[in-house]
Amino acid sequence: MIHLEYILVISAVMMFAGVFGFLTRRSTLGVLLSIELMLNSTDINFAVFNKMLYPAGHEGYFFALFSIAISAAESAIAIAIMINIYRHLKNISVRDIEKMKW
Amino acid sequence: MEYTLYILLLPFLSFLVLGLAGMKFSHKTAGIVGTLSLAAVTVLSYVTAFEYFTADRVNGVFATVVPYNITWLPLGSLHFDMGIMLDPISVMMLIVISTVSLMVHIYSFGYMHGERGFQRYYAYLSLFTMSMLGLVVATNIFQMYLFWELVGVSSYLLIGFYYTTAPAIAASKKAFIVTRFADMFFLVGILIYGYYCKSFGFDFNAEGFAQGAFMLPTALVLMFIGGAGKSAMFPLHIWLPDAMEGPTPVSALIHAATMVVAGVYQIARLFPLWIQYAPEAMSIVVWVGVFTAFYAAAVACAQSDIKRVLAFSTISQIAFMMVALGVCLPGHHGEVIDNHASLGYMASMFHLFTHAMFKACLFLGAGCIIHAVHSNEMSAMGGLRKYMPVTHITFLCSCLAISGIPPFSGFFSKDEIITACFAYSPVVGWIMTGIAAMTAFYMFRLYYGIFWGTENKELHAHHTPHEAPLTMTLPLIFLTLVTLTCGWAVNFGSFVSASGEDYPIHLDTQIAVTSTVIAICSIALATYIFKGERQPVAEKMKAAAPSLHRWAYKRFYMDEVYQFVTHRIIFKRISTPIAWFDRHIIDGFFDFLAWGTHRLSLAVRGLQNGSVQTYAYIFLLGVLALLLILTF
Repeated sequence: MIHLEYILVISAVMMFAGVFGFLTRRSTLGVLLSIELMLNSTDINFAVFNKMLYPAGHEGYFFALFSIAISAAESAIAIAIMINIYRHLKNISVRDIEKMKW
Repeated sequence: MEYTLYILLLPFLSFLVLGLAGMKFSHKTAGIVGTLSLAAVTVLSYVTAFEYFTADRVNGVFATVVPYNITWLPLGSLHFDMGIMLDPISVMMLIVISTVSLMVHIYSFGYMHGERGFQRYYAYLSLFTMSMLGLVVATNIFQMYLFWELVGVSSYLLIGFYYTTAPAIAASKKAFIVTRFADMFFLVGILIYGYYCKSFGFDFNAEGFAQGAFMLPTALVLMFIGGAGKSAMFPLHIWLPDAMEGPTPVSALIHAATMVVAGVYQIARLFPLWIQYAPEAMSIVVWVGVFTAFYAAAVACAQSDIKRVLAFSTISQIAFMMVALGVCLPGHHGEVIDNHASLGYMASMFHLFTHAMFKACLFLGAGCIIHAVHSNEMSAMGGLRKYMPVTHITFLCSCLAISGIPPFSGFFSKDEIITACFAYSPVVGWIMTGIAAMTAFYMFRLYYGIFWGTENKELHAHHTPHEAPLTMTLPLIFLTLVTLTCGWAVNFGSFVSASGEDYPIHLDTQIAVTSTVIAICSIALATYIFKGERQPVAEKMKAAAPSLHRWAYKRFYMDEVYQFVTHRIIFKRISTPIAWFDRHIIDGFFDFLAWGTHRLSLAVRGLQNGSVQTYAYIFLLGVLALLLILTF
C-alpha cells in the first residue's frame, strides 16, 4: 500500500513544476504544457483523496475525468489561438503577445 | 381676437425662413418675403386696433383683452406665463411698431440695394419686429423681460451688421454690454417684485401687492435702471450715439422709434404701481429725465455728424417722455389715478407716438442724404435742397414737428408734456421749455447745415447728389403725412389716458402760445446764425467759448470717464488681481491635481504591462501572502 503522502508529494512537485514553467517559459506552447501539468496534478489529488478518504464513493474520479475533458477542450482552443497568433506575428513568444494589451 | 397670435408668428416665420434659407433667395425675393410678412402684420395690427378701440367701453374704460395666456413654467405659487395682452397702450404700440417697421422694410429696398448680406439684414429686421411686438403685448413682466433681451440681441446684430468694420463691432459690443449691465438691475427688480408681491402679472388689483408694498419702491427703481439703460438715460446713454454705426434704416427703426422707448413703455406699463406705491420715487424719474434732456440737447448743438445729432436728439426726446411720466401726481379725490393729475401719462404716450413717426422720418431722410453724398459729416453737405426736393420738404416738416410748431404733431404732444410739467412744478416746466427751445435750435442748425449754407463743390464736382429712389421717398412722404395730421385730426386722449377714461385734449393757450413763440425765436436764431453761405456768428461764438464747444463736441467726455472707470479702476484694480488669483491659485490647484494623478499613473502603470507571466507572478505572490495570513 502506497502512503498518501508519497502521492501528494508527487502531485505537489508536478504542481510547482507547472507553476515554475508557467512563470518562466518563453514559448506559449511551453506555458500551455505547464498549465496541463498543473491541471494533472490536481486530477491526481482528486483521485487520491477519493480513494483514501471516501473509498465507497466515486465522485472524485468523475470530477477528475470531467477536468481532463475540459482541459482537452481548452488545449484545443489554446492551440488554435496560437496558430492565429503565429500567422500574424510569425512567432509565439510570450513577450510578443504583450501587444494584445493595446 | 385670436388672430393677434399671427402678429407675432408671421415675423418669426419670416425670420426663420430668411435666416435659414436666405442665401438660396435672391436679394429681391428675400426683401419681398420680409416686407410682405410685415405688411400682413401691419394690416393685422390695424384691424386689431380698429376692433379694440371700436368695442364698447366698460365703466368708461377699454376692457383689457387677453386672447392667449398659457402657463409656460409653473414654479410653486409663482408661474411664468406667455401670452398676448391687449390694452390701450399695447395696441397703440402695435400700430407704432408695425407702421415704422413696414416703412423701414420698404425703405431698405432702396437703401440696402446690392449690399452684401441683404437677406441676413431682412432676417434680423423680422427678428427685431417679432421681439418688439412680443415685448409690448406681454401679459407679465417676465415675458416682457424675455422679449426685452431679444430686442437687445437683435439690436446688437443689426448695429454690427457691417461686421467687417471695426467701429461697428465696437459699437455693437458697447450697446450690448451697457444695456445688459442695466438689464441686470431690471432682473433683480423683477425677482424682488415676484418674491414680495407673489405675482409677475400686470393685474395690480391682486391682493399680493398690498403685502409687498414696502418693497415695491425698490423693485420699481431697479426696473427703472433697466429701462434707463434701454432708453439711453444719462449716465447709461453712451451706447446710443455709437449705435449709429448700424445701417441708417435700423437707426430709424430701433434706435429712434421703437426699441429705445421700451424703457418709457415699461414705466407706463407699471404706472399704476408707481403712482400708488412709489409716488416719491417718481421724482428720480423726473430728475434723471430732466438732466438727460438737457445734457443731450447741449451735446446735440455741437455735433457735426448728422446721425449723431439725431441720436442725441432722440435721447433728449425720450427724456421728455420720461419726465412726463415722472411728473404725474396721484389724484386728489379719492381715486388713485386721475386723468387730470396724471396728464403726463397721456402726454408721454402721445409724444412716444408722434416722436416715433417724425424721428423715423428724420432718420430715413438722413439716410437719403447719406446715400446721396456718401458721408455722415455736415461738412460734406450744404445746399442740398436743390438736388433733393422731396427729402428737403419731409425733413423740414419733421424738424418743425420736433421743434413744436403747429399744426405738426410734435406741437400737440410736447405742449401736453410741458403743461404736465408746469402742473408738477414751475421749475421743471421752465427747464423743459428751455430744452424745447434748444431742440428747435439744434434741429434747425442741422437743417440749415444740410440743405442751405455752402455747397461742397469740391465733393460734388465728380458726383452730383441726386434724389433717392421712390422706395426711399415713399416712406418719407407717408411719415410726413402722419406727422402733419395726427396731432389735430385725432384726439389721442380718447384712446390712451392714465385711467383709461375718455380724456379730451385741450390746449392750454398760455403755455401753447409761450412755447410756440419760444420755438419760433430759437428757429429764427438758428436761421440768423446758420443759414448764410458763411457763418460769422457761429465762428465768433465758437471762438468766444472754445472750451465749452470742445466739451460739448466731445459729449462732455462721458466716454472718456467710462473708459477711465472701466479700464483704470475696474479692470486694473479689480479684474487683474482676480484674473491673477484665477490663473495662479485656482488653475494652479487643478494643475497640481492633474500633475499628481499623472505621476501616480506613471508609477503604477508597470503593473498593467500586458505580460501574462507577470500577472501570474503577482497572482502567485498574492496567494502566498493570503496563505501566510490565514495560516498565522
